[in-house]
Parts: sequence; structure tokens; C-alpha cells
Amino acid sequence: MGLTKDQIAKRIARELKDGYYVNLGIGIPTLVANHVPEGISVEFQSENGILGMGRFPLDGEEDADLINAGKQTITAKPGASFFDSAMSFAMIRGQHVQLTVLGAMEVSENGDIANWKIPGKMVKGMGGAMDLVSSAENIIVAMQHTNREGESKLLKNCSLPLTGVACVKRIVTDLAVLDIDPNGGFILREIAPGVTLDEVKAATEGKLIIPDDVVNVEVE
Amino acid sequence: MNKVVANAKEAIKGIESGMTLMLGGFGLCGIPENCISELTKTDINNLTCISNNAGVDDFGLGLLLRKNQIKKMISSYVGENKEFERQMLSGELEVELIPQGTLAERCRATGAGIPAFFTPAGYGTEVAEGKETREFDGKMYVLEQRFDADFAIVKAWKGDTEGNLIFNGTARNFNPLMATAGKITIAEVEELVPAGELDPNCIHTPGIFVQRIFEGKNYEKRIEQRTVRPRE
Repeated sequence: MGLTKDQIAKRIARELKDGYYVNLGIGIPTLVANHVPEGISVEFQSENGILGMGRFPLDGEEDADLINAGKQTITAKPGASFFDSAMSFAMIRGQHVQLTVLGAMEVSENGDIANWKIPGKMVKGMGGAMDLVSSAENIIVAMQHTNREGESKLLKNCSLPLTGVACVKRIVTDLAVLDIDPNGGFILREIAPGVTLDEVKAATEGKLIIPDDVVNVEVE
Repeated sequence: MNKVVANAKEAIKGIESGMTLMLGGFGLCGIPENCISELTKTDINNLTCISNNAGVDDFGLGLLLRKNQIKKMISSYVGENKEFERQMLSGELEVELIPQGTLAERCRATGAGIPAFFTPAGYGTEVAEGKETREFDGKMYVLEQRFDADFAIVKAWKGDTEGNLIFNGTARNFNPLMATAGKITIAEVEELVPAGELDPNCIHTPGIFVQRIFEGKNYEKRIEQRTVRPRE
């Protein structure tokens, strides 16, 4: 059992605060935009050069000159702006973007992240991920707790080439919500409904810290 | 000085085998379609191309790859192209992958007279291997250098006879940065107007950076990932 991709996105959306500028990566992170809590206003930045990204266009209204970093056709909200790639990464490196949500292949217990390269396979490139993780104040990783082979993706040390070091703050998986302990370790904060502590332990290779006040992830 | 040339064929004069080109665009958005197409009609090869992506199999830089005209790609993400993958895995094509923000800033630095700069991107990863690193205020940074490009080829929405450019939407991306960075910068535009018709307040790239400009033809402006929501 555990959370669906959409439920992971919904849980992450609860981290959004009014006035945030947010960069969402490809995959589960993109779904976060569908779950912005009522009563708050956030702006989504896409690193190819738009702030104020809106919904997908209506069928027939797509514009080749208006895409997001996943190369999908999008729309611009009222109040949106366009800019070049250097200015886009000035927003990112300059920490003007408050929250970055991205996927990962591996995260280590000190917050290292690997998400761009598997040796021996076709390498597609890091895109903007290295710039994002090296700079963002608040990085949340959205991913499955284990890979397709059932192996833990929350490790003592990453085995894949790194995207960034000691940068991840929080991880939301299908099984749990965990914070990175500054001294090393995954602090269990919330556990998905229907998932047992033993299952989380078994799926976490790195050091798992279990406080007394672990709660269930709230899902509808 | 007349910057206006008749067409892509005139615009790419002087590009030779072995040169380094910068090409604007993100994915297929804002790529210089006319100049790429014209380059495929030549025997120019061994090119080093600096471009965020490498096109798809049958469009954009994929067209140059298919004709084996590219020796080396310098990009941040190259995932959408099977011929690229084949050439990379077989060793025919040299590939240098660099973080997107670093790519953009290296273009900017090239045009702005900045030889190098420190960025946090890539610190502690293989991107930083062999590069100088330094600590500023408790955080580690990597020294990255500017490029050296013979030609920059950019695509704009509107341009005037002075070489002033205006971009549309997210088709801006790397274009204004690369425009500043070529020893010779070629701009192809969807609409070329006489000087004076564009509002000086709205110019994205001042004409000083552009040496050649022409109005392109038959823009396909292909969409890579068409995503829509249904009409209710």
C-alpha cells in the first residue's frame, strides 16, 4: 500500500506558504501544482524562463513559444513574466525561489541527492537540477521509497553519481515523510496510512531515526 | 553599416568546418530553424555546438547530427534524440554536459567580458572534477570559465534593421545570452521591420550584439510535448 503519486504531491502541497515562489521538477513534483491549498497564492517558476506558470492550454490554444522545462505546452497566468536563462538561474542561485521540489534516484542520510546519471546507461544530462539543489534553501524530494527492484533509495551513501551534496531537507515517499538530520539520518515524521513501522525500517537502508511523535500522513 | 542579409544562405557565410557555434533555444522552442536547415545543405562538419539541447531525431540540431556534421555537443540535457544516443554510445560524438544555469552564465560571461565566475552548481559532483573550488562565507563554489564561440545563431520574434531583437514568450531562453557571445552573431527573426518601428523600451537584445539579421521563412515551430486540457 502506501501513498499514490497524487497523494505524495498533495502532501507536499501542504508545505506551500502564501507568497512562495516555487520550482517544480518533472514527474511527481509537477502534480503539486494541482493541489495548492485554498486561500494561499504561490507562483510557479519554470527554469526555461517563466514565472507565473498557469494550467495547460485548452485544446487548440497551445503555443509553441510557451512551454515549461519539461517542454510541455503551458499558459501564463495574469501577472506572469518571461526572462532569459541567465536571469532564471539568478532567481534560483540567488535564493529568490523559496521551495524546490524534485525527484531523485537516491538520497543519502546526510542529504546528498543523485538524480541525473546511471553509469553504463544513456546519460541524458542534469538540466537545471545541479543549479537548483546547490542553491535552494528548501529542497523537498518526491519519490518512491524503493526502486523497481525493491531496493531502498534512502541510503547511507549514494551509489550513483551525485547531483548535489548535503542539500535535501525533506523527503516525501509512498511510505513516509522524513527529514534529514543535520548530523546524519532520516528522521521519520509521518507514516502513510496502512504502512507499518517495520515496512519503513525494511525499506530504509540509511540510519532511520524514530521519534516518539510520529503521526500518520493525512490523506483524504 | 547594413546588417540585413537576404536569407539564411547569406547569413551563414564564413562558417567553416571545425568552428564552434552557439545555437539558441530550449528544446525546440526558439531554435534558429532557418540557419540549421541551411547548414544541413552544406558540407561543413566537425562543428562544436553549444546548445542547451540537441534537438530531436528529425528536427532542430538532430538534422545536423544525422548528417554527422557535429563533432562535439556542449549541452545540459540531451534526452530526446535516438541518433544522438547512438553516436554518443559509439564514441562518434563527443558530449560535454554542464548544469543549465552554468551553461547560461558561461554564455553571459562570454559576452560580458568576464573570463570566469564561481557558482555553487556541481560542487561535490563529477562536474567539479579538475576545476578550482573556493569557499565564500562558509559555502563551496566551483570556478567556471567563459566560452569561445566563432558564431552565435539566435532566433527572435521581431527584429529591426539595426539588429535590435524582441523575443516571444519562453522562446527567449538562451537566445539573448548567446547573442552577446558570438564573435559574429546571426539573428533570424519572424518579422523584420525598419529601424524605428520597435519601441526602444521593449528591446531585449540591443543591436550592438547583432552583426547579421534576416527574416526567416516557413517557421514550423514544432511542439515537443503537446499538453492540453479538454474544452468543457
